[in-house]
Amino acid sequence: MNEPIVDPLLAAEPAATFESDSQLIPRDSVAGRALVVVIAIMTFLACLTAGAALLVADASRAWRSEVLRDATIQVKAGAGGDIEALVAKAVSIASKAKGVESVHAYSKAESERLLEPWLGNGLDLSQLPIPRLIVVRLKDQLPEDLAALRSALAASVPEASLDDHRVWAERLGTMADAVVVLAAALFALMILAMGTAIGFATRGAMAGNREIVEVLHLVGASDRFIASEFEIHFRRLGLRGSLIGGLAAMAFFAAASLLSFWWAHSPGGDEIAAMFGSFALGPYGYVGLAAVCAAVTLLTGLLSREIVIRHLRTLT
Amino acid sequence: MDDGWHLFGNTVKAALSGQPSPSPGIALLRFENVGLRYGMGPEVVGDLNFSIAPQSFQFLTGPSGAGKTTLMRLMLLALRPTRGTVRIFDRDAAALSKDDLTALRRRIGVVFQDFRLLDHLTTYENVALPLRAMGREETGYRAEVVELLRWVGLGDRMNAPPPVLSGGEKQRAAIARALIVRPELLLADEPTGNVDPGLARRLLRLFVELHRLGTAVVIATHDLQLMDQFGFARRLVVGEGRLTIFDGSPL
Repeated sequence: MNEPIVDPLLAAEPAATFESDSQLIPRDSVAGRALVVVIAIMTFLACLTAGAALLVADASRAWRSEVLRDATIQVKAGAGGDIEALVAKAVSIASKAKGVESVHAYSKAESERLLEPWLGNGLDLSQLPIPRLIVVRLKDQLPEDLAALRSALAASVPEASLDDHRVWAERLGTMADAVVVLAAALFALMILAMGTAIGFATRGAMAGNREIVEVLHLVGASDRFIASEFEIHFRRLGLRGSLIGGLAAMAFFAAASLLSFWWAHSPGGDEIAAMFGSFALGPYGYVGLAAVCAAVTLLTGLLSREIVIRHLRTLT
Repeated sequence: MDDGWHLFGNTVKAALSGQPSPSPGIALLRFENVGLRYGMGPEVVGDLNFSIAPQSFQFLTGPSGAGKTTLMRLMLLALRPTRGTVRIFDRDAAALSKDDLTALRRRIGVVFQDFRLLDHLTTYENVALPLRAMGREETGYRAEVVELLRWVGLGDRMNAPPPVLSGGEKQRAAIARALIVRPELLLADEPTGNVDPGLARRLLRLFVELHRLGTAVVIATHDLQLMDQFGFARRLVVGEGRLTIFDGSPL
């Protein structure tokens, strides 16, 4: 019994250093990598949807503020009437009207040039009763100013009609709102699908690491401790996936912005610019995408924590 | 035996002797008419009546498949009995909340038959696991873990993951993990099953020392020769699902 309990061979000199930064849930697994890929793709799509919705919302705001500040007076050439006199009269009425910032009447030559894309050039248009346009720029978008102008015109120049683009702008606005609502619904569906994938992955990780969970329980780890270890694990996976997806989406918008700058003056480019603006997301847009990535990371961690706690509660 | 202590770090001795003293006379574990069956099958173990006193030392033995591991799991509250009462640290196990159970498990050290070391952690991290699970900061326990690893002869294997350890090294790492919480009760399932007789004897002596420092020890083994070398120990013999108790000879 006097024999030493630990013999000199067993009690060898210890290593001078050691490392201790491991996660209790193994970091790399096939399921973990698959989840990173799913989160990356979903984050990319969610960021694209959110970015497109932001672009459409911005463009729609721009159309409305621009278009609704403009109104057009159309003066029709009456039978034998002096159209120049009618235009001058309408310009005079419009200039004096309340809330009008500026008035610009298209000259005969300018009006004819507007028709060139349809009729071609070199035609003698003098015989055609081409109506003349007067663009009225309003200080604000006050409809009562337009109503007053409309009644003043109707009283003095019956040949003139006032179009405030409101119907067209409202239709365009409704369409843009529908696109934004659709994008929000798609975004919600993607987050839901991502949440479901995280749920499956968490349950899979719990099943795959059942022994670790059991050992942790038996060495005195609480459910909260185990859940927080899973949360750390999944938050890291979420961070990795959302960074990949989010950065890819930011790169996409940056590239689209550059391309749209190059295409700006082509016919197709003009139409795309009308729909999405200049494709420039702006700093707030990029902050929004970063917020999506942060939310995905937090969601991944918190969701898996909740699932683990619920699962552990069912264990006896 | 006490002469041997100068070979070990005083820190470990002080640490292990620093555990809270259980109240004398109150059993750490008490089984009353305990039985367990799986589903509608026959009872695997039944009519278990025994208690584990503070600072006691006992072997749990019996032929393979007799129910030793089942009984160990019942003691660890990893299994719930289908009848009878288990009292642990003077509390009815059936009435424990999960938080209570967690708190009580921190007073018990366990050495599993298959070690249950986590392969992706280093030996140091495996041994430190119970302290980490208690929410303690690493700076607070690092010296303690290193000292214990040196004590069990794994000072130069701290960074090695379990898959590269030998059977004996794994065994000692598993024992160190059980000891690190300074348990009042140590349950060891075949802790000498994977090592040669010499090392088995040395490991057993380690448990005896722990017992002397105040820990109640239960060792499941079917190594009769080994038990004969520690004749003072009580023997709980499981056979055909029933338990027979033989008191050890006085030291």
